[in-house]
Amino acid sequence: MNIDNIRNDFPILHQEVFGHPLVYLDNAATTQKPQCVIDAIRQYYEKDNSNIHRGVHSLSERATKDYEAARETIRNFFNAKSTKEVIFTRGTTESINLVASSWGGANIGKDDEILITHMEHHSNIVPWQMLCERTGAKLKVIPMNEAGELDLAAYAELLSERTKLVGIVHMSNALGTINPIADMIKQAHQVGARVLIDGAQAAAHMATDLQALDVDFYATSAHKMYGPTGVGVLIAKEELLNAMPPYQGGGDMILMVTFERTQYNELPHKFEAGTPNIAGVIGFGEALKYISNIGFSAIEKREKELLDYATKKAQSFAGLRQIGTAKDKACVLSFVLDGVHPHDLGTILDREGVAIRAGHHCAMPVMQFYKVPATARASFSIYNTEAEVDALFTALEKARDMFA
Amino acid sequence: MFSLGDLYKEVIIDHTKAPRNFGKLEPCSHDAEGFNPLCGDQLHVYLQIDDNNIIEDVKFEGQGCSISTASASLMTQILKGKSVANFNTMFSAFHDMATADMDDKPDEDVLGKLAVLAGVKEFPSRIKCATLCWHTVKSAIEDAGQPAKTE
Repeated sequence: MNIDNIRNDFPILHQEVFGHPLVYLDNAATTQKPQCVIDAIRQYYEKDNSNIHRGVHSLSERATKDYEAARETIRNFFNAKSTKEVIFTRGTTESINLVASSWGGANIGKDDEILITHMEHHSNIVPWQMLCERTGAKLKVIPMNEAGELDLAAYAELLSERTKLVGIVHMSNALGTINPIADMIKQAHQVGARVLIDGAQAAAHMATDLQALDVDFYATSAHKMYGPTGVGVLIAKEELLNAMPPYQGGGDMILMVTFERTQYNELPHKFEAGTPNIAGVIGFGEALKYISNIGFSAIEKREKELLDYATKKAQSFAGLRQIGTAKDKACVLSFVLDGVHPHDLGTILDREGVAIRAGHHCAMPVMQFYKVPATARASFSIYNTEAEVDALFTALEKARDMFA
Repeated sequence: MFSLGDLYKEVIIDHTKAPRNFGKLEPCSHDAEGFNPLCGDQLHVYLQIDDNNIIEDVKFEGQGCSISTASASLMTQILKGKSVANFNTMFSAFHDMATADMDDKPDEDVLGKLAVLAGVKEFPSRIKCATLCWHTVKSAIEDAGQPAKTE
């Protein structure tokens, strides 16, 4: 893997911020886009733009073909059984809301329990809270330890025949923890619960084989895997999707509409009401091809090197406390620095050209667990370098000195 | 271009490290909480306002970044002994200063040493840090009963 070649694939990286080379370390919020993704979106708007699934003219046929080809690319990437199981959404958040609303509305009652982990993103907390408010079901939380690892003994205790759904984040955006989802899914299935995996943070960093994992519902977003914003996917077992009522009504999700009744379309179209983000889906497919061309074995090896390098530096940096030290983690260095609030760090680092995230990372319960209002988070990607990690720590020294 | 030093002036660092009037005021006539949902800043302000609408005492507690802490600290110093009408004038002047065009000079007659915070206007994501305490006092005085938000 040649980092220079990879960096050259990303035009945005070659710029200065306040007179310093941009050091983009906010990849957990969103990754940058390679030229091939930008070109695919541009090609669609310049050559093929038209609505899909309805026109008989050439442009519409080309657009439909590319849109559906992206669905197959995504199916193959995650090893889903069939493209009928691949539903395009606006992103992970909408995918989870779709499940909570449609499947949850049909399957959750007042004596049921929904189990989530302490390290979920708000998008895998709030839709379930809303469902519990509507149905009277109970939301329970799998605790974690100080390192940011789930307490699996407690998980086993919490599972019961009342558990109807377990929602687990594959990789925590706030801590970097990779959760042992394979075992957790098996355990959930033993009590008859369905499992939803939030793959938003993990999907760009490790291979996810949905059939091998036997995942019931899987949600992720294109923009965290080098694709465009505003598009994501819900991949779910066909028999579940078939039994679920539609989420939104409208065009493209119907076979026949009269004022008396409507016959819904086949999967996956039943869950794709309205004109979708066609360019976004095409860009999403292109982004997954980009990842596949590099390959996860090279990606994982490189990203581990980089995280190890950054972690070593963090451990010897006076006054720095790492938040999230799980044995199994990837690409995220979350921390607080004595005497400097993360928000101030964000501003000071920005003036050195270093982009990090400061805040609660949409995971406020994680902040409450560590009793911090916020953390600073540097998150890495395949195009980051050791020199950029050095720039981060040089900027941190400057921040520490300002408040010394 | 504004430099970091325009934002993190010595006075601000000093108030961050040793915030004035920090803690709970008991008893107090008015209090309110303020949140900045963007970054997790939390603030609680307490005021003792007498029958003549004079702010006899004011304190704050909570956790936040340097700008929000220093802004609250400076605010409490300046509000002591001022009338509620004075507060309203200063609230407007402070708000104007934080959101003004680059070339506009802050109204130092009204703001006094609060003008040290004028640099925030160059840092758009930090303006709310500086104004949170002012919004919180406003909601305490108006007895809104709702936490103040910067949104």
